[in-house]
Amino acid sequence: MKIDRFALCGNWILERFPLAKVWNEHMTHYYAPRNFNFWYFFGSLALLMLVNQFVTGILLTMNYKPDAKLAFDSVEYIMRDVHWGWLIRYMHSTGASAFFIVIYLHMFRGLMYGSFKQPRELIWIFGMLLFVCLMAEAFMGYLLPWGQMSYWGAQVIISLFSAIPVIGDDLSLWVRGDYVVSDATLNRFFAFHVISVPLVLVMLVFLHIVALHEVGSNNPDGIEIKKYKDENGIPLDGIPFHPYYTVKDIVGVAVFLVFFATVIFYMPEMGGYFLEHANFIPADPMKTPEHIAPVWYFTPFYAILRAIPDKFAGVIGMGGAIVVLFLLPWLDRNPVKSIRYRGGIYKKALLLFVISFIGLGYLGTQPATPTATLFARLFTSIYFGFFLLMPIYTRWEKTKPVPKRVTEEHTLEEELPALLEEITVLNPATSEIGDPAFRSSFFHRRPSAEGILNVLARLAKKLKESLD
Amino acid sequence: MINEGVDKSKRQFLTSALTVVGAVGTGYLAVPFLAQMQPSVKAMAAGAPVEVDISKMEAGQLIRVAWRGKPVWILNRTPEVLATLKTLDSQLRDPLSQESIQPDYSKNPVRSVKPEIFVAIGLCTHLGCSPTFRPEIAPHDLGDNWKGGFFCPCHGSWFDLAGRVYQGVPAPTNLEIPPYRYITDTLIIIGESSGEKTA
Repeated sequence: MKIDRFALCGNWILERFPLAKVWNEHMTHYYAPRNFNFWYFFGSLALLMLVNQFVTGILLTMNYKPDAKLAFDSVEYIMRDVHWGWLIRYMHSTGASAFFIVIYLHMFRGLMYGSFKQPRELIWIFGMLLFVCLMAEAFMGYLLPWGQMSYWGAQVIISLFSAIPVIGDDLSLWVRGDYVVSDATLNRFFAFHVISVPLVLVMLVFLHIVALHEVGSNNPDGIEIKKYKDENGIPLDGIPFHPYYTVKDIVGVAVFLVFFATVIFYMPEMGGYFLEHANFIPADPMKTPEHIAPVWYFTPFYAILRAIPDKFAGVIGMGGAIVVLFLLPWLDRNPVKSIRYRGGIYKKALLLFVISFIGLGYLGTQPATPTATLFARLFTSIYFGFFLLMPIYTRWEKTKPVPKRVTEEHTLEEELPALLEEITVLNPATSEIGDPAFRSSFFHRRPSAEGILNVLARLAKKLKESLD
Repeated sequence: MINEGVDKSKRQFLTSALTVVGAVGTGYLAVPFLAQMQPSVKAMAAGAPVEVDISKMEAGQLIRVAWRGKPVWILNRTPEVLATLKTLDSQLRDPLSQESIQPDYSKNPVRSVKPEIFVAIGLCTHLGCSPTFRPEIAPHDLGDNWKGGFFCPCHGSWFDLAGRVYQGVPAPTNLEIPPYRYITDTLIIIGESSGEKTA
């Protein structure tokens, strides 16, 4: 009887709300390609991080005071006197960095498998808007502890607006709400960080996913699974998102949380990269710290800004580095999506881009010495070269034939035993331990130099072939 | 009656008229919403002049005071420093301060009223960091070309000890000089110009 009443109650809702329809459309009858690899974890991990930031952020606001006189102490109060306050704050601060790690990997996945290409341009645009909002959110959040790095970081970034001709000075004054970064700035950044930007983020995530589910997910082979359907109209290479990928994503979440928790509990400051040392000193408007650098996730763009020896051009370069990402779907003229079937020139260009992006990220954390500036300029040219020369070099590409259906990949479990077999040799045991009668059946597995060399040679050959 | 005689052009006119009125209303509402983010009246009123006693300053010493929330530097320059300043013109972007912000009485090569006492707002004209005071000649981290000056650690801008910017660095202009005047020989008031009376 109880069950019936429960079902009745459920039906009452279902008759008035399209819950089942939404669930079916986006979960059980949303068909995702069956060949997702580990790069496809980062979308759901980004969502997890968003939830983490929301929950811990709301809890933090319960004890944080957005007031220039009280902010720094209230953060220390959270760290020392609020029950579990340290955990909540470290989850939030580590969460910010983890969010960016996940997002950068998610974007890199897009670059590798061409997820930004027709018909997914709009997904990429929404994603880029999310990225920009996330940067704004992180930047404003970083002011709130009101430490030295918060203060001077905000001073520098708001001053970027002043480089704009004519309206620049008034604009930066308007953003700051005072002639210098002050209580007014802190208060408004709190409002933006806690209400406005999170709302925009949620809306954009919604649009990002709606757009994705309209055209369907890309995959490591970069082919459209909707081209080949069975008699029921279900893609032959598709599997229902729920339960297949929901369950798979739980594995990704579990692995991710191992790393996340390790950082939270053992290295929440990450050697000054996640929480910078200078930020443990209260903001002092009279004195800039000896070495100021933004948090690691802004450093590539910061390095570009610093590499250009002109104020306005520097700001244009920094903004351009982000704008050019928006244009990516129209810069890449090659219809082949996945890097698996693209020509060597794109692979080399992408490799150079990754090196220069990481290089810029590193240089952005370092003081501006002449050598560092020289390298930053080199990497900046590669960064822009990758995008702006793309319409040219993607036309020369010698692509490989793209399969019609998704390809099978050998799993690690399938490949590992054979690999182990190849790089080792079995030697008869020579020790005196054990019963002599059985000694002839004892073997030791030892690494074999010849086997390892063979494997390396094969790898090198494969790498060379794929780059041609 | 419902379906009869729909006047499409009238409907179009009303729709357009409502859109225009709505847009104008939104525009008017946007003014207070945006203007409330301007510095408040209180913030604009704050910024009273600051008096600084320089009688105890030693040669080569730099002191920092806060004026309108900004760091203001007062530097007592030695004769050697003043001599060095004259030799730097060819390396500077704006040696005569044509493009830079300063009161007229500081628009001279040493950028001060009295040559030895230098007053400036200690914020880099690039992106507003406060440069560090590096009076030593040719320290190992800045190289042999360093003749003493202010170094911005944020983006590597160089200024000499008159706040003049070097060429080839991100900062576009010389450090800003605030209005100031001498009340007595050893008392400076920052935030008021020579011509003005004390309020």
